[in-house]
Amino acid sequence: MTSPSRLPFYIAVFLLITAGISLAVWRHIELGIPWLTGEQRPVWMVEARVDFDGADDPVVASLSVPEQPPGFRILTEQAASPGYGFSIIEDSGNRRAEWTKRDVIGPQTLYFKAQFIPDPDAEATPPAQKPKTQKLFWEEPQATAVREILAQAKSRSSTPESMTRELIRLMQPDTRVQNTTLLVSEDNYLPLLVDMLNHSGIPARTADGLKLEDARRRQQLTPFLQIYNGEKWLTLNPKTAAQGVPENILLWRQGTESLLDVVGGGNSDISFSMLRQTIPALQLSAMQVEGNGLGFLSFYELPIEEQSMFRMLMLLPLGALVVAFMRIVIGIRTSGTFMPVLIAVAFVQTTLIPGLVAFLSVVSIGLAMRGYLSSLNLLLVSRISALIILVIFITAGLSIFGYQMGFNTGMTVTFFPMVIIAWTIERMSILWEEESGQEVLIQGSGSLFVAICAYLLMSAPLAGHLTFNFPELHFVVLGLILLMGQYTGYKLTELKRFTPMKAYD
Amino acid sequence: MDWISPRSLKRLGMLNMNQRNVDYIARYNVRASYPLVDNKLKTKLVVAEYGVKTPKLLQVVKQQHEISRFREMAEDLAGFAIKPAKGSGGKGITVITGRDEDYFVKASGARVGAPVLERHLTNILAGLYSLAGTPDVAIVENLVVSHPSVAKYSHQGVPDIRIVVFQGYPIMAMLRLATTASDGKANLHQGAVGVGLDIGTGKSLNAVQFNRPITLHPDTGSELENIRIDAWGEMLEMASRCYEATGLGYMGVDLVVDANEGPLLLELNARPGLAIQMANGRGLLPRLRAVESLKRPHFTPLERANYAMETFPDL
Repeated sequence: MTSPSRLPFYIAVFLLITAGISLAVWRHIELGIPWLTGEQRPVWMVEARVDFDGADDPVVASLSVPEQPPGFRILTEQAASPGYGFSIIEDSGNRRAEWTKRDVIGPQTLYFKAQFIPDPDAEATPPAQKPKTQKLFWEEPQATAVREILAQAKSRSSTPESMTRELIRLMQPDTRVQNTTLLVSEDNYLPLLVDMLNHSGIPARTADGLKLEDARRRQQLTPFLQIYNGEKWLTLNPKTAAQGVPENILLWRQGTESLLDVVGGGNSDISFSMLRQTIPALQLSAMQVEGNGLGFLSFYELPIEEQSMFRMLMLLPLGALVVAFMRIVIGIRTSGTFMPVLIAVAFVQTTLIPGLVAFLSVVSIGLAMRGYLSSLNLLLVSRISALIILVIFITAGLSIFGYQMGFNTGMTVTFFPMVIIAWTIERMSILWEEESGQEVLIQGSGSLFVAICAYLLMSAPLAGHLTFNFPELHFVVLGLILLMGQYTGYKLTELKRFTPMKAYD
Repeated sequence: MDWISPRSLKRLGMLNMNQRNVDYIARYNVRASYPLVDNKLKTKLVVAEYGVKTPKLLQVVKQQHEISRFREMAEDLAGFAIKPAKGSGGKGITVITGRDEDYFVKASGARVGAPVLERHLTNILAGLYSLAGTPDVAIVENLVVSHPSVAKYSHQGVPDIRIVVFQGYPIMAMLRLATTASDGKANLHQGAVGVGLDIGTGKSLNAVQFNRPITLHPDTGSELENIRIDAWGEMLEMASRCYEATGLGYMGVDLVVDANEGPLLLELNARPGLAIQMANGRGLLPRLRAVESLKRPHFTPLERANYAMETFPDL
C-alpha cells in the first residue's frame, strides 16, 4: 500500500491559514481595527459656546453645525443647555442646532460639543444638483470696474479654479489697479469676491474654518472661499488663493449663510474652545463598522449580551489548540480530552487561585464520596447521576460555608461545569482503582497543568482582543490543529520514556 | 533528567505514538473490523474459521435468565474464567482455579460462593466493565493452565506472548510476565515484566519493567536471560493467520501456551502498545518499512512466518 499524497492536504491548510491572515489584515486596514489592545487614536473635542441676553421673549437660537467637514469625521455630538428644547435640523444640506425656550431673561449660555476624528479620506458629498449662480446689478461706476476686472481675469484663465486664482491675484493690494481700489473697501473683500464670482457664472460661497490647537479657548473662525468646479466644492484661501483645506483646519460652516441666529435675544456671541483627546482605537472602529460593507463579518452589531457570550466562545479554540499541542507534541496525559479546556473556561470566570482552590476541594471531596459509591457496586449511569447530585451538594455546601466565613470567592464554585466535574471524579476514581494513586496524580496534575496553560493563554488581554475582533484568525487556529493532526514526530515525553534505548544505539 | 535525542531514536527506528496512530492504525486498520477484536466472543468465532485455537468456550451468557443455567454448568468444573466480551485491559475477568466444597477458589486464593459469581455475571451483562458502559455478554471459558516451561517465570497469572502482526507478517514479539506490582495482570504499564523474544528463534533478548531494563524477575528471582519458547514457528504462523481472520493490518496478537492444548489465542488488540520495542531493544520501523516495501507479498501465513523468521532478526 503506498501512502496517499499529503500535498492537497498541506495546500488546503496553507490556503486556510493564508485566508485567515489576509482577511484579518484586510479588516485591519479597512476598518482600522487595531492589532493590539489599548491602541489610542487622537480625537478633537470642539465646544461651541453661544452667549446672549434674553429679553423676556421666546427664544430660538440656531447655530450652524458641521455636516461633513473635509478631512474629518464626526464621532459624537451633544448639546448642554439646561431648560432648553434642543434638536438638530437638517434641511437641504444645511445642518443647524436649534435651541428653543419660552421665557428667557438675563444672560444665557448654550453649549454644543462634537468630537471629530482626523481622516484624510473624508470628503464632503458633492451636491446632487449644480448650484445656481445669479448675476448681480452693480451701479456705475462699479459695474464697469467689475466687468473689466472679470474680463481681465477671464482672459488669463481657462478653468473656474484658475479664474478664481487670477481674480484673487488682481484684488490683492500690491497688484491693485484703479478699478479694484474703487471696489474693495476694508470689510467687504470676501463678500465682493463671492459676488463677482457668482456674477461671472462660477458658483461661490464662503466657509468658516476653525484652527484646531490643543487646549485653545476663544478660538476665532477663519473665513475661506469655496467655489464649485462642476464636480465638487473646492476650498481656497481668499488671500493667497492656496487651494485645499490646510491641515488642522476644521470647516465648521460651509454653504449656509449665517453661523448663528438668535431670535428673541440680543448681544449674541459665539466662541470655540477645543481639546485633543485620545480614545481607544477599538471603540472608534466599532463605531465605524456600522454602514461599512465589512461590518457583517464582526460581532459588533450583535446585542451586547450575545457579544459577551461570543467573547467567551471565541476563546475556546485557543484552549483546544493548547490541549492539542500539549497532548500531541508535548505528550502530557490528561484525564478526559477536553476537560482541561472547560476547567480553564471556569478559571477565566473565577480567576486562577480561587478557581484552583475551589476545583481541588470539590474534586477531592467528590473522590472521597465516590469511594463509598463504588462499594455499592452501582451501574454506570446511576453512579454518574448520583455523583452529579453529590457534586451539586458539595458546591452548594462550599458556597454557603465560604459565604458564612466571609469569603465571597466561595460563590465562584458555581462556575464549574457540574457534569464535567462529576465525570472527572468518576474517571479519577476508576483510575485509582485500576491503576494506582500515582497515575491519578500524574493525570490530575497533567490536566491541571494544561488547564492553567489554557487559562493563561485565554485570559491574556491580547488573546481576547484578537479572537473577538478578528474572528477570521480562527482559520489559522484550525489550520494549526489540522497540521498537528498529521504530526508523526516524537512527543517530548517519549524522549524521556525511550531513554533506556540509549543502550542499543 | 535523562533524555534521548530524537535523532538517535530515529536511527534506532523507534515507532512513536503519533506515527503509530497516523501512519499505521489509521491507515491499515479498517474501522469496521474493530468490533471483531473489541468483542472477545466475535474474535473467538471468527478466528476459529481460520483454524486458530482459543480456550474452549463453555457458556455464553447473553440474557439475565440464562444465569440460572450457569450454576448447572459450573457444577462439575474445576477451573474456568468468566470474561466480559467487550472488556478491555483485563477488567472484569474472574478466574476460578479450583473448588473447595461448594465454594469456588479464585486465582488469588479467595473463596467465593456461586451467588457472588452470579452477581458478577449480572454486572457484566449490565455493562459495568464494557467500554462506555454499553450492555455486554459474558463468556465462560475453560481455564488456561500455563505450560510449565513458561509458567515458572511468572509470579501470578498466565504469562502470555504478544506478537505484533503487520499486514499478516509477525514482526516483533515479547513475553509478558505478571508481577506483584502488576497485580497478576500482564499489562506492561501496570508493572508486568516484558521479555523481548527473538523473532527468528523465540529466545529471550532482554527484559524491562516500568521501562527499565532488568535481568531477574522481581518476584520469583528467576533468570530471564535464557527463556526459549517452544514451537515458535507454529506460534508465529498462528498469529499471522489472525490477519486473514480480521483484516486488521496492524494489530497485537496475544497468545498463551496451554499445558494440554498447546498455543491458544487469548485476544487481539487493534492498538498494540509501543513498549514491545523497549523489551526487544529494537525499533519497529525498519521491519514495518520492510513489509511496506515488499513488491510481492506472501500469500500463506506459513510463508509469511518463515519470511519473518529469516529476515527480521537482522533488522
